[in-house]
Amino acid sequence: MYPILETKEIAKNVFLQKVLAPRVAKKRKAGQFLVLRRTDDGERIPLTIVSSDAGEGSVTIIFQAVGKSTTEFARMKPGDSYLDVVGPLGLATHIEKFGTVVGIGGGIGTAPLLPIATAIKGAGNRLLSVVGARTKDLLILEDEMRAVSDEIVVTTDDGSYAKKGFVTTALQEFIDRGEKIGLCIAIGPVPMMRAVAEVTRPHGIKTMVSLNPIMVDATGMCGACRVTVGGTTKFVCVDGPEFDGHQVDFKELVMRNRAYLREEKTAMDRIEHKDGKCMDGAAVPAGGGN
Amino acid sequence: MADATPKPRPKPFSIPRQPMPEQPPQVRVGNFREVPFGLTPDLAILEATRCIQCKKPQCVPGCPVSVQIPEFIDLVAKGKFVEAARKIKETNALPAVCGRVCPQEEQCEKPCVLGKKGEPVAIGRLERFVADFERVTGNVVVPGIGAPTGKRVAVVGAGPAGLTVAGDLVQIGHDVTIFEALHKPGGVLMYGIPEFRLPKEIVQAEVEYIQKLGAKLECNAVIGKSITIDELLEEEGFDAVFVGTGAGLPYFMNIPGENLIGVYSANEYLTRANLMKAYLFPQSDTPLNKATNVAVVGGGNVAMDAARTAKRMGAEHVYLVYRRSKKEMPARVEEVHHAEEEGIEFHLLTNPITYHGDDESRVISVECQKMELGEPDASGRRRPVVIKGSEFKLAVDTVIVSIGNGANPLVPSTTPGLDTNKWGNILADQETGKTSKKGVFAGGDIVIGAATVILAMGAGRKAAAAMHEYLKTGAW
Ligand SMILES: Cc1cc2nc3c(=O)[nH]c(=O)nc-3n(C[C@H](O)[C@H](O)[C@H](O)COP(=O)(O)OP(=O)(O)OC[C@H]3O[C@@H](n4cnc5c(N)ncnc54)[C@H](O)[C@@H]3O)c2cc1C
Ligand SMILES: Cc1cc2nc3c(=O)[nH]c(=O)nc-3n(C[C@H](O)[C@H](O)[C@H](O)COP(=O)(O)OP(=O)(O)OC[C@H]3O[C@@H](n4cnc5c(N)ncnc54)[C@H](O)[C@@H]3O)c2cc1C
Ligand code: SF4
Ligand code: SF4
Ligand code: FES
Repeated sequence: MYPILETKEIAKNVFLQKVLAPRVAKKRKAGQFLVLRRTDDGERIPLTIVSSDAGEGSVTIIFQAVGKSTTEFARMKPGDSYLDVVGPLGLATHIEKFGTVVGIGGGIGTAPLLPIATAIKGAGNRLLSVVGARTKDLLILEDEMRAVSDEIVVTTDDGSYAKKGFVTTALQEFIDRGEKIGLCIAIGPVPMMRAVAEVTRPHGIKTMVSLNPIMVDATGMCGACRVTVGGTTKFVCVDGPEFDGHQVDFKELVMRNRAYLREEKTAMDRIEHKDGKCMDGAAVPAGGGN
Repeated sequence: MADATPKPRPKPFSIPRQPMPEQPPQVRVGNFREVPFGLTPDLAILEATRCIQCKKPQCVPGCPVSVQIPEFIDLVAKGKFVEAARKIKETNALPAVCGRVCPQEEQCEKPCVLGKKGEPVAIGRLERFVADFERVTGNVVVPGIGAPTGKRVAVVGAGPAGLTVAGDLVQIGHDVTIFEALHKPGGVLMYGIPEFRLPKEIVQAEVEYIQKLGAKLECNAVIGKSITIDELLEEEGFDAVFVGTGAGLPYFMNIPGENLIGVYSANEYLTRANLMKAYLFPQSDTPLNKATNVAVVGGGNVAMDAARTAKRMGAEHVYLVYRRSKKEMPARVEEVHHAEEEGIEFHLLTNPITYHGDDESRVISVECQKMELGEPDASGRRRPVVIKGSEFKLAVDTVIVSIGNGANPLVPSTTPGLDTNKWGNILADQETGKTSKKGVFAGGDIVIGAATVILAMGAGRKAAAAMHEYLKTGAW
């Protein structure tokens, strides 16, 4: 069992949790993720490790409650435990001295960006950051990103806070003012990452993106997480999660992430329904042979 | 329960091989319960009396772990079922599993003398029967454990190979910890082979037995990621390591459309269905797409399991697409027979070339090509050759690619000094399991490639003996 030490709603429907998982805390590097399961009927849910405290044996995750599992995660309190925590998984970010690096976080993507940005800065790079969200309520980790950045631009799509516009607008401005960018890292919704890759492509700026396909085992055993990169199939859980944004087939990724829309809705309706009738934890009618 | 009085032994060859009662096909495709019910005590005794107790039994060399077959069968014939189970367990720690999934027709039953003229003794069914009898009647006893040796062993992977090593070494008195990447132990027995062929309750009972012997189990530990082999040896104080990580890397054919929604590897499909219990969705959280027409590509046990699982998940048509003929199918005859009974539609000498999708990228059809058999290839099987102009489409909404698994690179790629062959399998001595790295042994599918449960256990047994030697002497 992996107890929760701390939990906090840091933006609308976005939660931070500190979970005790000593092995993961000891080993993890920037860019890696873990897999959590809450109950024995639960799904294996991949989430990025935002930070860790090896001394305390804890890891911090930040997630948006988007479906059944993450909604149930969000309701857990300090003292509650995850049944399973596996990690650290995936390859760590390749960190070196690139010169000037632009780090772009969109929405919940700022959570996985933070540890990478911290490591990039720690390696002596000059870090220009762009942190964006659809609207003010969804903006996360602005202060934390500011603390590791040499310069930061905050954007909201609807202009409810800071600069109005998309993260790509801010990126374009860096390019237009003649910044010599050694690397761009973009993490966020797929359309955002694709847009960033299109902005940097004509300038030949190396652009890394972090992908979030649907996963099952997350150890390279099932192939659920496959994506096409540069025309070949990769397993994101072991070959990634970061890839060259100019090579990724984003359209395929968007489609594959929609594979279970219908089932996700069925699952979500069930928890909503349960809440209404207050039957959380009650016996569920048998669904078939066991 | 059985009448334990021994019956007079009838004349050899006078009794036919006893069939095992099973769920009728039309019933069983609607549930995930085990297909055969197993022999009854009376049937088991009758079957056991068929064995003529050869002086030089041909069956024993056919078994990769040399189960003392005539001895245990004699005990069955005398109604001493628990004793029979213990006799098997002297050489085989998982009889309830092997009795169900061993390809007996290729192993112990193939050379049985009765098979020369008629049908061989049903060794596997008897093995299964006594193991079940022992477990169900609560007669499983934990044997005496050797005095603690003070040596610590790490076993990587809780599949049949790793479990065998753990069971053997812990009995000698070594301190054993099993590290398993998934949240449940058992390896393929848990995530791959379906419930209707190997009930998960049995796998769990076998694992619990090994834990009762004193082996520790740590799930959610991905060796190479959570901890490396070098860290186990240098920081965590283990004196030796056994690597039994299996063949868990699914192969795809690299043909157009293979990443469409609805195209699964057999590993993904079966893991969702078995380990994650998708058949209980939405009570369990992990779904599988609802499918009406399913194509399963391949002809091995894995393909049969995938096809039969798809049927139980509610598919109306399940097509098995295999590029050679039925004779070349690597699957067990029993499984092919069960699949046919359950209405799986075989498209033999047929090979997929392209998957087509709709505008949401969901697979809607598979384009195939007919094949004919040409000259034998390196495996001795006749090579399938394309018949030009024979392309046709099958309308499907799910495809399960079951063309085999390779070695997962997680451990080799993070363990300096551990050599592999060009396919990524760890190089290990056949007799001892010794690898190129001192203190590290390996066996099972990670060494020989996707094979069988009993071969993995046999490798585990040999490695355990060699590990014990190494722990005693330190000699490599
Ligand atoms: C390597 C990696 C790192 C991630 N890091 C974070 C993070 O730091 N914070 C965060 O909020 N989210 C992160 N995600 C996404 C997160 O895993 C999904 O939001 C979560 O699985 C949704 O589960 P659900 O049951 O709540 O929602 P569902 O109802 O199952 O799905 C809602 C949406 O999430 C996607 N999704 C469903 N299942 C999975 C799955 N197993 N893996 C990935 N996506 C899925 C679906 O496409 C769907 O659009 C990460 C994903 C990956 C692969
Ligand atoms: C669907 C299917 C049906 C089959 N049917 C039959 C049959 O009927 N009869 C038969 O004899 N054989 C059958 N086989 C083959 C048989 O199951 C395997 O040969 C056997 O399980 C191999 O045992 P193993 O211990 O080497 O590996 P596995 O059973 O694969 O176990 C390996 C274990 O190691 C774990 N692991 C992997 N990497 C790591 C890591 N880095 N750290 C920690 N743990 C790790 C895995 O999660 C797994 O639990 C079938 C296989 C499949 C897939
Ligand atoms: S272990 Fe397998 S091969 Fe050996 S006797 Fe038992 S069923 Fe036959
Ligand atoms: S070969 Fe057949 S008949 Fe002879 S001992 Fe073995 S099982 Fe019995
Ligand atoms: S999630 Fe199974 S291989 Fe990546």
